[in-house]
Amino acid sequence: MRFAAPLSGIMVLLALGGLLQFAIQMDFISVYVLPLPSDILASLPRLVAEEGVLGRFATTAGETLAAGLLALLVGLPMGLLLHRSLRMRAAFEPWVAALAAAPLILAYPLFLVLFGRSPATIVVIGFISALPPVVLKTIEGFAATRRVLLNVGRSLRLTPGQEFRKILFPAAIPQIFVGLRLALVFGLINVVGVEFLINLGGLGQLINDLAERYDLPGTWGGILCVVLVSIAFFTVLDGCERWLRRRA
Amino acid sequence: MNALLRVEQVSKHFGTRENGVTAVDRVSFGVAQGEFVSVIGPSGCGKSTLFHMIGGLVAATEGRIDVEGDAIRAPHPAIGMVFQEESCFPWRNVVDNVAFPLELQGMARAERHERARHFIDMVGLHGFERNQPSELSGGMRQRVSIARTLASQPRILLMDEPFAALDEQTRLLLGDKVLQIQQELSQTTLLITHSITEAVQLSDRILVMSFRPGRIKREIVVDLPRPRTSDAVVSPAFGAYVADIWNDLRQEATLGLAAADRRRTSAA
Ligand SMILES: Nc1ncnc2c1ncn2[C@@H]1O[C@H](COP(=O)(O)OP(=O)(O)OP(=O)(O)O)[C@@H](O)[C@H]1O
Ligand SMILES: [Mg+2]
Repeated sequence: MRFAAPLSGIMVLLALGGLLQFAIQMDFISVYVLPLPSDILASLPRLVAEEGVLGRFATTAGETLAAGLLALLVGLPMGLLLHRSLRMRAAFEPWVAALAAAPLILAYPLFLVLFGRSPATIVVIGFISALPPVVLKTIEGFAATRRVLLNVGRSLRLTPGQEFRKILFPAAIPQIFVGLRLALVFGLINVVGVEFLINLGGLGQLINDLAERYDLPGTWGGILCVVLVSIAFFTVLDGCERWLRRRA
Repeated sequence: MNALLRVEQVSKHFGTRENGVTAVDRVSFGVAQGEFVSVIGPSGCGKSTLFHMIGGLVAATEGRIDVEGDAIRAPHPAIGMVFQEESCFPWRNVVDNVAFPLELQGMARAERHERARHFIDMVGLHGFERNQPSELSGGMRQRVSIARTLASQPRILLMDEPFAALDEQTRLLLGDKVLQIQQELSQTTLLITHSITEAVQLSDRILVMSFRPGRIKREIVVDLPRPRTSDAVVSPAFGAYVADIWNDLRQEATLGLAAADRRRTSAA
């Protein structure tokens, strides 16, 4: 029964694919708008053999992971700091939220000047876009810790370190992971976007290439690979969260 | 009386002096070693405020609280608290919740689990050691909290309406559990409650609080034989105590209701 839900999800996806296939074959949708789903799937072996998609998958996933880890390393302490100090929170939380709304990717020329046409530029843009959800959700998680749980800790005379490790952090884990999921989505979108724009490394560049060659099934196949990156991250994150909750 | 816990002329004001409430007004009493004392009063009379002050979580505005002469300014190691609200850690299973105070003391895992099991059995949760709090009923979760506090082996057990959210039958049965525990450990206990039957069933002494300002209006020594069980509830002597306390509380509860009505109409 554990697999019932994912299985029905896959069934629906297959059914939708079939429906599209049918609609395109009947010419309800032009092949120049959307290639046949079967052609998209058929393009995958070619992408692996000729376009080195596996290596590009690893590049994009690696850059996104680096951006996400940086966001975690910076965002978690920042969230804790803003949670601890009411004044700092009042001063900075609106700015962090504003940063989340900024279309940062449009500023890529600036980062190109700063970091050159290198993976560093991609990782930094990914990191900055991944940071706000980590900070905001971390604050939310700490702030939502029920007062009575903190009182239990106080009555048992926990040290500040113990209070963080044994109460505040475990209580905030679900929110922190919501923040991480959002961070990886934002990070991935920006990483692929910059790869596409500056034509450097990874799946973004491949999608750009294939689109310029009018290889539509290949382009969509590349996009499918980006989705696979995000599925891979979500699966790993789920595992991490469960492991952490058990250990708390 | 040779009191283990002593509360002397303790008051608590919230807000400014001109514009605020006096939640607790010059309350004094003592609890002797091994004694079971209940504080009873209508909703909003300052019981939880008193509880938090004795627990050292909130400072009194005036007066002094001490454990054998040692003044309480912060949470005191002799006092174990059970809170009115649900207070299990939802990310820990039952045994790890109960073992929490022992874990803080640095006790090894196997040993603290064994100790925790002892207290889990005591509150009647044998067989639920590995369950998550979300899989338990509200009454069972409260018992987990009680077992956790007992595991820290406090000299004084301080409980704030631990069974308030439960129905009367469950409450009486849990009362039996508390009586058993009290007998087994000769646990000094201060119970805060708004249930008259609970107070009479469990206590050696009952302090009746008045509604705002919260003062101690009366003290009643419950002279029912021990060991007691919930069966005592049907005895005439029990009924007489309940009626007597209800007479006192009725006035206070009416005042409380009137205050609530005034708030409603002035808010409208
Ligand atoms: N932090 C606070 N700030 C201001 N007023 C407070 C605060 N805490 C409690 N009060 C007020 O003090 C009074 C007593 O509250 P308290 O929670 O002690 O009542 P209680 O007897 O425990 O009620 P209940 O039986 O409903 O739990 C109430 O009028 C409440 O509004
Ligand atoms: Mg209360």
